[in-house]
Amino acid sequence: MSIRIDHISKSYGKVNALDDISIQVDPGELFGLIGPDGAGKTTLFRILTTLLLPDHGSASVAGYDIIADFKAIRKQVGYMPGRFSLYQDLTVEENLRFFATIFGTTIAENYDLIRDIYVQIEPFKNRRAGKLSGGMKQKLALSCALIHKPKVLFLDEPTTGVDPVSRKEFWEMLKRLQAKGITILVSTPYMDEAALCDRIALIQDGRILEIDTPKAIVEHYPKPIFDVGAHNTYLLIEKLNAYVHKHSVFPFGEYIHYTDQRDGFDPLELRAYLKNEGLQNIHIERTKATIEDTFMELAKQ
Amino acid sequence: MKRFIGFVQKEFYHIFRDRRSLFILFGMPVAQIMLFGFAITNEINNVDIAILDRSQDASTKEIISKISSSEYFSILQHIKEEAEIEEVFKKGKVKAVLYFEKEFSKKLIKQHTAKVQIVTDATDPNVANTISNYINSILSHYQEEQNRAITLDYQIVPQSRMVFNAELKSVYMFIPGVMTVILMLVSAMMTSISITREKELGTMEILLVSPLNPFQVIIGKVFPYIFLSIINAAAIVILSIFVFHVPVNGSLFLLGLESVLFIVTSLALGILISTISATQQTAMMISLMGLMLPVILLSGFIFPISSMPVPLQVISNIVPAKWFIIIVKGIMLKGVGISIVWKETLVLLGMTLLFIGLSVRKYKIRLE
Repeated sequence: MSIRIDHISKSYGKVNALDDISIQVDPGELFGLIGPDGAGKTTLFRILTTLLLPDHGSASVAGYDIIADFKAIRKQVGYMPGRFSLYQDLTVEENLRFFATIFGTTIAENYDLIRDIYVQIEPFKNRRAGKLSGGMKQKLALSCALIHKPKVLFLDEPTTGVDPVSRKEFWEMLKRLQAKGITILVSTPYMDEAALCDRIALIQDGRILEIDTPKAIVEHYPKPIFDVGAHNTYLLIEKLNAYVHKHSVFPFGEYIHYTDQRDGFDPLELRAYLKNEGLQNIHIERTKATIEDTFMELAKQ
Repeated sequence: MKRFIGFVQKEFYHIFRDRRSLFILFGMPVAQIMLFGFAITNEINNVDIAILDRSQDASTKEIISKISSSEYFSILQHIKEEAEIEEVFKKGKVKAVLYFEKEFSKKLIKQHTAKVQIVTDATDPNVANTISNYINSILSHYQEEQNRAITLDYQIVPQSRMVFNAELKSVYMFIPGVMTVILMLVSAMMTSISITREKELGTMEILLVSPLNPFQVIIGKVFPYIFLSIINAAAIVILSIFVFHVPVNGSLFLLGLESVLFIVTSLALGILISTISATQQTAMMISLMGLMLPVILLSGFIFPISSMPVPLQVISNIVPAKWFIIIVKGIMLKGVGISIVWKETLVLLGMTLLFIGLSVRKYKIRLE
């Protein structure tokens, strides 16, 4: 087991940041923590990277206990905090060299591991880190977190505030790192990124809603789900919410995801209702559930 | 060792790339020493005075010419009436008025007593006092000259001699003080700010999740400041010797060692401050309010400790700067050696160990 989290709880005063969390991550797995802001993801990361002590429960990373063997863990893991935490007044190269030095290695020694990522920012190696764009900062931070060849990589919301193209590139890089045998625990508020993980944990208000592969999580969705569209989306949401048989309504891209309370739901009936309410160009089509649907459904309970 | 060098190198990058810290490190010491050395002074020079002479005879003229020929006073104006005295003071330029009574010479010869009044503007009491003393001494000098022929039966002749600073130069008093203030400022404030900056920017989080132990981080942080503070101390001593002609009568080597000790004391204080403050702002406020004020007010730098109320005298004992100022004054001005200042040195050493011990205890190996 690469990461074992056993009934971990942590509270700040009266707020329960983490409530009896248990997760196991296999070696070489790309595991995602999916949840909104304030769900407790950062707290869990800080406990696993030995920065915080849990109130209850135990955990181990790469076989080391997070409390007793915290020094060993600090040598074995790479950590990229949610906030950009490099030295803004140092250049790209100086930052990388500094982190290599404090981990007792050199850039040359582990260049293979970071080459794919670093070549993209190497042209700017004499630029101060504070003057980089969001995507480049994130690549530099990842390079710095990787420079000592960690066994386990912790990435706390690495793609927040990064443009879609860079986000996509970033996930491709993670896949390549995974192929090199590094266990990766990554958190994200973006549900679309969840599908790229081997397994995910849906987390909200410090509690785990579900842990499974993205595919299984989607398949577990209990109800048939429909894309609904019309000429006036605002009015459509209003009317769907007013519909007596509705189970859930929430906007998803250009359509509204709709589920009905009844088992034998007939889309034609809904179409008639909406038409009656004055909506035009009505479009209703069965669709597959997404992780976001599952999350919303679980969070409701 | 490689890690340590890498860390120290990073610290130097921070310092040399931040204009603000560069200014505090190198601009401030020079500015302070020049300010205290040249501008702030207790000596009087070319003070403007006015004369109200109701006799206008040989004696008064001679006294007036003696006064105006001294470098301390220049006679700005002559006034005619007593009522004008207040007026000239209100205008602000004239700091003293010399008021000779009528028939000064005649009375002096016939009655052996003549009166001259010295009126001073005491809005600045120290200056008023000094002016009055200077005029008095010129007057008694004149009297002595007149009486040379006559022998009195009894005469007490006080002869005062000021040792260690015969010319009563105020720069002698300021140099040790300024040196203390600067070393304290650079060492304590700069280290506490540089450590809290890592906390504030989130880089401390990464440093904690690394094989560096806290001890290495702290030593790496303070090392550049030890180095820079020593340069500062040397610069101050060089400035004071060559620009202000303050002698170093004792051993320069001992002065250097004591300075290094005081730098370490200040650094330890800076580390302690950084362990209790979360932001650079807090660290700076604590350093300024908690360190600078006691250093300036309670260390004997400007106000003599012996004339403070007893509770303040007791409190002054816990101000490290007080002990360092005693040591520096001893070595620089009195030329004493370690056999005299060993007690103060021990006190400083004890304080340093205490601060280091406290910061090690308070230092967090985690985020909370």
